[in-house]
Amino acid sequence: MSKLIYLDNNATTPLDPRVLEAMMPYLTHEYGNAASRSHQFGWAAEEAVAQAREHVAALIGASSKEIIFTSGATESDNIAIKGAVEMLAHKGRHVITVKTEHKAILDTCKYLETKGLADVTYLDVAPNGLITVDQVRDAIRDDTIIISVMHANNEIGVLQPIKEIGALAREKNIWFHTDATQSIGKIPFDVDDLNVDIASLSGHKLYGPKGVGVLYARRRKPRIRLAPVLHGGGHERGMRSGTLNVPGIVGIGEACRLAKLDLAKDMAHAKELRDAFEKRMVEALDHVEINGSAEHRLPNTTNLSFSCVEGESLIMGIPDIAVSSGSACTSASLEPSYVLRALGVGDEHAHSSIRFSFGRFTTKEETERAAEQLISTVTRLREMSPLYEMVKEGIDLSTINWTAH
Amino acid sequence: MAYSDKVIDHYNNPRNVGSLDKEDAHVGTGVVGAPECGDVMKLQIRVNDDGVIEEAKFKTFGCGSAIASSSLATEWVKGKTVDEALSIKNTDIVEELSLPPVKIHCSVLAEDAIRAALDDYRSKSGKDAATEKAEA
Repeated sequence: MSKLIYLDNNATTPLDPRVLEAMMPYLTHEYGNAASRSHQFGWAAEEAVAQAREHVAALIGASSKEIIFTSGATESDNIAIKGAVEMLAHKGRHVITVKTEHKAILDTCKYLETKGLADVTYLDVAPNGLITVDQVRDAIRDDTIIISVMHANNEIGVLQPIKEIGALAREKNIWFHTDATQSIGKIPFDVDDLNVDIASLSGHKLYGPKGVGVLYARRRKPRIRLAPVLHGGGHERGMRSGTLNVPGIVGIGEACRLAKLDLAKDMAHAKELRDAFEKRMVEALDHVEINGSAEHRLPNTTNLSFSCVEGESLIMGIPDIAVSSGSACTSASLEPSYVLRALGVGDEHAHSSIRFSFGRFTTKEETERAAEQLISTVTRLREMSPLYEMVKEGIDLSTINWTAH
Repeated sequence: MAYSDKVIDHYNNPRNVGSLDKEDAHVGTGVVGAPECGDVMKLQIRVNDDGVIEEAKFKTFGCGSAIASSSLATEWVKGKTVDEALSIKNTDIVEELSLPPVKIHCSVLAEDAIRAALDDYRSKSGKDAATEKAEA
């Protein structure tokens, strides 16, 4: 039994051994280029890619012809936004997205703005992290060409109402993209049911390998054509040139096949652990808050604020537990999370926030052990927290004139 | 981020955690920082009649380096006179704890906390001395 407990499955997931097994031949003796049409090596690779494409398509209710392999969700997001803006430049230049999107969307939009290629509306979220369809409706202009709203948020796990937004986009004849990196493999996702035209997903978030992702682009009603970001041999219907990453593609294909097979089991497992963990925290500690909607969210994610305890010191006290801090203090920027800020969570709470994300391979024993370690560390740090002392004395921290530095 | 052994030691075994009675005339209290910046330090000293700091306590909300800086500050001020304590510099703390550049602000905050506690004690004892004189 490993001492370390991995509760950071939204950052990345371990490779499922069954996925590795499927990939092995393509990392060893089956080394053909899927574009080689003149020999057995190429045919074998092409066949493996075709099968992987079927598996991905089956998981999301698409046709295999609508699956484009990329290097990951960041690239998929880039192609979706840049490709649509360029392809539809004759029609308009307005993009609608949300302030809590992943940086792959936000930074792409900012880039297009600075280049003068697009106008972007960034919708605010409610304190529960969600937007409404009416907000989107109000933001639509005559020249709106694409709406991009993530399905599940990576930090807090909340689920945006993409089915309704997709229906609105269709009614208005606007393309609808969703970054579904965090939801596909964790909850049901069907492109027809959810009215999605373009979607991004990543291999390593669903027990597949890193370095491979998918861009889903609808072929009919509407027919999506995206200008490429990478130019070259015209692979993937011209939308993504570059020799296909055959082992990676086989890996993401097998990961999708398993995700479809195990979805109900994975969901129930993650939810059981997450709910038990959350319940234990709230029972054992006072002043613990769940960030984001507790109702509309992924079954595997909880983002908790431990009031009066700073996140980095908390993480330091649980060296055996792999989690992610709501504040980016652990990176170089020393800035609290922009997602939590967008929710209106005060900076002092953002500094006290930790994301726990459970997965297929997390055990009940690990979850319980993590909960107990966390409770004792929070208790210890609160004993040395001047803020907790003040809260216990009944002082409202917001009334104090702090010396900001 | 890799912490130095000394930071880890202070984090795991913080010295002098606690509070002193802030109404006591012999006690100086300094509270510096802000929750939204991610660190708040409270440092308290008790000064005896000979002007020597005989007790020091701290409570800190902040990262491991902030906790270590304030823990170390309480160790260093103990046994010093008020004037000697004023000579403690943040750079001494940086050196002792091997703080990386992104954590230098923790040492600055600890120095500020020492000064704030000393200032509080001085203004209190100054006022007390004046009161004693008036009564005499």
